[in-house]
Amino acid sequence: MSKKLLSTPYLIWMIGFTMIPLALVVYYGITDKTGAFTLQNILSIATPERMNALLRSLKLSLISTGICLLLAYPLAMILKSLKVKQSSFIVFIFILPMWMNFLLRTMAWQTLLDRNGVINSILNFLHLPALNIINTQTAIIFGMVYNFLPFMVLPIYNVLVKIGDDTVEAARDLGANSTQTFFRVIFPLSMPGVISGITMVFVPALTTFVISDLLGGGMVLLIGNVIEQEFTFTANWNLGSGLSLVLMIFILISMALLAKYDKDGEGAAF
Amino acid sequence: MKKKIMIFVLAVSLCLSCLAGCGGGKKNSKGVVKIYNWGEYIDEEVIQQFEDETGIEVIYDTFETNEEMYPIIEAGGTSYDAVCPSDYMIEKMIKNDLLSEINFDNIPNMKYISESIMEGSKAFDPENKYSVPYTFGTLGILYNTTMVEEPVTSWNALWNEKYKGEILMYNSPRDLFTAPLELLGYSINTTDEAQLGEAKELLLEQKPLLQRYVMDQIKDIMISGSAAMAMAYSGEVLQLQEANPDLAYVVPEEGSNYFIDSWVIPANSENKENAEAWINFLNDPEIALKNFEYITYSTPNTGAQELMDQALLENPAVFPGEEILKKCEVFHSLGEEGDTLFNDLWLEIKDAAVKS
Repeated sequence: MSKKLLSTPYLIWMIGFTMIPLALVVYYGITDKTGAFTLQNILSIATPERMNALLRSLKLSLISTGICLLLAYPLAMILKSLKVKQSSFIVFIFILPMWMNFLLRTMAWQTLLDRNGVINSILNFLHLPALNIINTQTAIIFGMVYNFLPFMVLPIYNVLVKIGDDTVEAARDLGANSTQTFFRVIFPLSMPGVISGITMVFVPALTTFVISDLLGGGMVLLIGNVIEQEFTFTANWNLGSGLSLVLMIFILISMALLAKYDKDGEGAAF
Repeated sequence: MKKKIMIFVLAVSLCLSCLAGCGGGKKNSKGVVKIYNWGEYIDEEVIQQFEDETGIEVIYDTFETNEEMYPIIEAGGTSYDAVCPSDYMIEKMIKNDLLSEINFDNIPNMKYISESIMEGSKAFDPENKYSVPYTFGTLGILYNTTMVEEPVTSWNALWNEKYKGEILMYNSPRDLFTAPLELLGYSINTTDEAQLGEAKELLLEQKPLLQRYVMDQIKDIMISGSAAMAMAYSGEVLQLQEANPDLAYVVPEEGSNYFIDSWVIPANSENKENAEAWINFLNDPEIALKNFEYITYSTPNTGAQELMDQALLENPAVFPGEEILKKCEVFHSLGEEGDTLFNDLWLEIKDAAVKS
């Protein structure tokens, strides 16, 4: 009884802030203004502009997830090899920027990357060619990688530190060289961390609309922008919700695919 | 029994005096006026001055958007006496019977309000019965005089290939479409698909020339000189010019959008006469000028304009000139269908690829 009582706050939280809002999104998504059932909202993803925006979002978020993985894995390996004190210091440094608001950091990059911005002034001073990536897809990928990299590093690092040195030593004793040890022992064992890292980067990257507005300069239309506009400009909650449902389907598919690799469910975030 | 009544009377009078005490405790209090205005949209000293001169106590609340203000007035939980919404919102409030007619006999300072602005107000208040203009502003072109050589007079400056990569446009459908619609000579409130289609083509042509679509960041980008030209609302131009004196502002000769924020009195106002006294006070030329110097949004008060420096009056950001003002239109609410139409065209423009 007392255990049940203890869980009530979480129950209320989940029902109030997850289940009910989700149910509302579903309700709005499959009804029209008059409240009658319709699939029109969901099907309107098929218009060329919206479909292009969705595909563009998928492309950019896949690329940035890939880059995050490539950057995060070696870093997590390095952190694992360090002594606890050093590695916790580096992890601390790494998540320090997250103490600042995500919007502010992204706006800071806008100023840094600007054509007359800090980075270009330095390049100019050194007589190097200017970096013209602001307001392009490249800048958006950059922003996604910068903002979401910690979400990839931490879960991988958490799984890696749990792999005991004796496991690695056993592999070496049994004749595996370091490459074999990595690919046949360490990497498979770290899969849960990789999976949760991928989920935690891919999902926010797919749905972002702030990064494309700030670093993409509004020149690149992502599905997040399309949905945002339905709520803020046309005030068409039904259409916005319908498009959100489509996006949710993609997220669910990606999570289902990933879950196949993570049967043990060890990919606890941090 | 008598004793009880006495005690009751005493208690009530005690409470009343207490309440009066809480309510500012002014001598000869002439009651209160409840004001609901935009944030940062008045010189606070003006409020003090009003209280001192009239003995009316001001209860002052602020809002950030028209959309935030509307449901509060509609619900009527707090009965405000004077509210300052924008044009299209006033139109909606009149339609929904939320406003009461103003008794202009109590506002002698109405004579100072510019006629062209009163004329413009008819777009949302057809008989000038419900609103008294407080500020107005135009949509125009902000440009950097060190980067743009030729004088800017027309919207087509934003299509000048010479400034490829140096042009900023607003990232909102209605504002964005104002430029091509004015160039084509159509109303900015059109919902004619053919006209909007033409405007869309112009915007598609323009996209490769743009640096980006922006909203509020326009200020930073223009101050730092990272772009040569931008669509901009006149409201904060004076502040921008202070930060960067090279910036100039013009309302294109084809005409443009302009907004009017006006004082209105909600239907459920309990201190209507005090509200009228408030509106009258704000339109005293000295007060209007003082207020203008603080908020820097253009004032429609001709009395205040007469007191201004010539340099200010010649600044199109403050006063764009009668001729051009006549060509400006306020935005009307286009309804759901109109908004959807604009949104779909906007999506097409945003979807068009430029650079990857």
